[in-house]
Formats: sequence, structure tokens, C-alpha cells
Amino acid sequence: MDRVSAHLPEAVAERYVDRAGGAWAVIHAQHLPAVVAFLKNDPELNFKLFVSADGVDRLHLAENDPRFEVVYFLRSLTLNEHVRLKVRVTETNPEVPSLVPLFKGANWWERFVWDFYGIRFTGHPDLRRILMYEEFQGHPLRKDYALRDRQPLIPERPIKDIFRGPGTSGHS
Amino acid sequence: MSDHPKPEDSNPDTDAYAHESELEAHLQTKRMYVNMGPSHPATHGTVRMRVELEGETILKADPEIGFLHRGFQKSCENVTWTQCLPYTDRLNYVSALMNNFGFLNAVEKLIGLEIPERAQYIRVIGSELHRMQDHLTLVGATGLELGGFAPFLLVLEGRELIMDRVSELTGARLTTSYGRVGGLNRDLPEGWIEKVLKSLDKIQELLVEVKGLLLRNRIFVDRMKGTGTINAEDALNFGFTGPCLRATGVDYDVRKAKPYWVYNQLDFDVPIGEHGDNYDRFLMRLEELHQSDRIIRQAFKQLPGGPIIVDDWRIALPPKPEVYGTIEGVMSHFKLVMEGIQVPPGEVYDATEASNGELGWYLVSDGRGRPYKVHVRAPGFPILSSVSHIIEGKMLADLIPTFDTINMIGGEVEQ
Repeated sequence: MDRVSAHLPEAVAERYVDRAGGAWAVIHAQHLPAVVAFLKNDPELNFKLFVSADGVDRLHLAENDPRFEVVYFLRSLTLNEHVRLKVRVTETNPEVPSLVPLFKGANWWERFVWDFYGIRFTGHPDLRRILMYEEFQGHPLRKDYALRDRQPLIPERPIKDIFRGPGTSGHS
Repeated sequence: MSDHPKPEDSNPDTDAYAHESELEAHLQTKRMYVNMGPSHPATHGTVRMRVELEGETILKADPEIGFLHRGFQKSCENVTWTQCLPYTDRLNYVSALMNNFGFLNAVEKLIGLEIPERAQYIRVIGSELHRMQDHLTLVGATGLELGGFAPFLLVLEGRELIMDRVSELTGARLTTSYGRVGGLNRDLPEGWIEKVLKSLDKIQELLVEVKGLLLRNRIFVDRMKGTGTINAEDALNFGFTGPCLRATGVDYDVRKAKPYWVYNQLDFDVPIGEHGDNYDRFLMRLEELHQSDRIIRQAFKQLPGGPIIVDDWRIALPPKPEVYGTIEGVMSHFKLVMEGIQVPPGEVYDATEASNGELGWYLVSDGRGRPYKVHVRAPGFPILSSVSHIIEGKMLADLIPTFDTINMIGGEVEQ
């Protein structure tokens, strides 16, 4: 991360270490592709393995402005280290540049984040829902999406004596 | 008149005798769209492939998932940390223990907790047993889906042995929910070690037969070798981990790269392939079966005595005599069950090596008894996303062994 800060000083907004010793960097959204390209292509860093990406809705956390975070995990096989990157986006304009041109693995994870958090990825070639169906309204992992909110494609039959998961009363 | 008809001669018996001109005739093909699945017999799991075919060549393949989606993250975020365990069972229903322990390991990292050594050994033993079960399933199913039924029967016998041992250990055959934050639910049953060793011996015998049946079978080898190939660079780009990545020649195993529990005290090898094709991925699994066997035997030899769960009533349930006999015991029990473990606020990313690769957990806690955010990095997710890349331009028949060896697990991919 020191090298990233030295190479692209304007990209890194914040750096910290979590309790388990993992190093984090908060990146400004518009600099994300440059930072990831540097991490990937620098021969000494060599972060070539795209591990995963996901979103966080910080609505109920103490620090919740801006509302959304997209987290990225990359891995370097030469350094034997993970790198953890964060991008923060606001509720009004949830847009992050897509990493698909750099990593093919980003394709499905970005679709996942779009599907569940409604964060758009500019430049993504195929930004469709991935697990929910196309007609689904809203983004279910947002904290303001009610747990009991159901949108069945065909009407659910009332089943009185079966507990239907957390947050439900047992009567649909 | 000669015995052989000329091409222009009319041939009354076409079925029995083909003209040279007929053999060279252009076969009429048209572009077809084929839906494979959901629940196609060759795609063990609920996934739909929309395949565009030109003759037998796949022009485009679009895997569509989500049929099993049950809201894993949302469900976990609305129950206590311990109550997440049954959901993790169902991520990979062939190797539930590894998912249990992987999740718990991440929670323990978040708390900053070291679990007793005996619990660490038992977690290793359980994980490796389930790794064997997962790989056995793959080996058998691959044989079955390419037309060999006998290996599948043999493998099922081995799988049953492991399932019996697991049910003796945990009380459940499939969905174990065996671990607890800070250790384990219960200790090994009496006489279990000898039973496991006997089962392992039997499985090694069965494997010799399975290998004889499959690896010396021309049809099987021809359909596996050189099909479904992916090179190391693409595999990394897609985010492959586990046996599928190692088959391309990249040496990355979380057990070696970042040893957790007691893996650094055990002696085992990580097999590496070179071609990245179906055959290499298949051989990876066969070799890992032997390595898991080695690990379990060593772990039994080194297994220390002592507690199996931390002695901290804020994390583990107090022993029953304390619950029934003291007010502190009742209080701790009540608070743990009703409010859950109070994990201090923070975040962590932690990974373990599941049977298909890196099983990563990104957890966020807001300091209350429930997880604020549970992200699971399922090893199958990025691997499945590469199917269209691997298979486009190849034959339809190659899709089946490819789908087998990448080992798509619906539960974890579709969360």
C-alpha cells in the first residue's frame, strides 16, 4: 500500500489496519481502475488473483455517510498477501467504474453487487441481475429492504404450521 | 459392368452401402438454441445453460443461476452469530463441516480468539474427512456422467463410510452444524478413531478399483484429456482457487500459504497440474484424496487431550451443572441464547481452503449480537462464471466433463 500511495497519492483517501491485522485502503471511486491496474501489473506487487467483491450498506452503522461501500479483495501470489480495497459511494449517485476490463472475474461479482445493492458499474458489458429475476423490484440486501418483503412470481400458498425463516411470523 | 457402383448410379440399398459422394456430402446444420437445465442430469445442481449451437459446436453459452437462491446473507444478518451455522451447512451440502469451520474461524478472528489445540486438530480431521467426501463425489459423478456406472457405486460405498463416521461425530449425516464459536459442539465419540482408520483403509482399496476402471479406460481418458482447458493467466483473471487453479500449474493452497489451525504441524503435499484441462483437474482430486488420508492419520497420532471449547462464558455456553446450579451459569446461558455472542465492532476478511478452493468470509460487526454483514466468497462462484469462456467454440459433449470437474455447487454459488 505504501507503493500505491507513492505512485498514486491522490487516489488513496484513507488507510487503516483492522483488528485481525488486515490492511485496508479507501480509494476514491474515479481512481479505482488506475489503482487496481497498478496493483495488477507492477511486477513486484503482482496482484493477479481477483478474489471477490461485495457491497456494504452502512445505513445502521455509526459512520454512515456516504451510505454504500464496495469492497474488493485481490491476492498476490508472489507477496502471499491479500489486499483489501474500499470505495465509498453515495445513495444519490451509486456509481463505480467497472473492473471488468482488468479482471474477467469482476463480471459476476459486479452483477451481484448491482443485483443486491443497486450500485451501478460504469463500463460493465452486461449489467444484469444475477440471482434475482429480472422483474424483481428493489435491491434486497439494502438495510431498508424489509426482511419479510416477498415478491413471489406465483402466489405463495398460506402454510400455517411452518416457520418460514427469520423475521417472519410463520404466517405468510 | 464392374462390381462397384459409380457415384451417378442409383443405389437401391443406400443404408448398407454408402457412395463416396454421399460420404462427402455437406451435412445440413442450422443454428439451434438449447436449454440445458435447470436440473439437467449432466449439471449436478440447479443451473440453466442457454447454449447456442452450430451443429455440435457451442457458439455461446450463458449460465443462468439463482434458482436456489434463499437469501443467505440477508438471513445471516437477521439471526445471531451462532444461528448462522445451519445456513453455512447448506452452502456446500457435500462438505458442510468445512463451511462451518471456515465461518467460525472468521468469527474467531474478528473476536481475536484462540481455540484449544484439541479443537484445532478435530477441525482439521473433520475438514479433511469432508474434503475426501467432496472429492469422492466428484470422482464418481464424473465417471457416471461420462457413462461409467461401476465407479460411482464404488465411490458411493466410500462416501457412505465417511457419512457414517460424520454422523457418529456430529449427529447428522449431511447438515452437521458441528462447530461452535470458540471450539466444538462435543468431543470425539468412544472408539471413533479406530472406526475412521478402518474406513480410510477401505476407501483406499476402493480408490484402487476406481482408478483401474477410469484411468485405463480409453473413452474416459479421451473425453477428459485436452477438453475444457484454461490457462493459468485466465484462471487467475477469473479468480480460480483450489484444485481448478492448481491444475493450471499455479501453486496456491491456503493451507500452505497462510496456515490456520494446526496445518503447519502436519506433513502433506499439494499436487500441481500443468495443462489445466479436465483430466488434470480430475487427477488433482484423486491425489488430494491420498493427501487428506495422510493428514487425518497424522492428526490422530498427534491428537492432544484437553478441552474442546474455550472456557469463556461470554462466548461458549457454560457447562450444564453450572447452568442448573449457579445464577451466573443461568445468566450466561440465557444471554448467549437470547442475545448472541457480543462480537466487538470491526471487520475482517478471512479464508480457509475448502474442497473447491478459497472459502473467504468478509464479516462486519456493529458490536451487537448479530452480524451486520456476512459476505461469503464461495469458491465455485468465479469458477462457474468462466464456463462460457472455457466452452465457447468447443463441442457440446465437452460441456459435461467440464461441468463435472469444475464442481459447481448450487448452494454456495447461489447462496
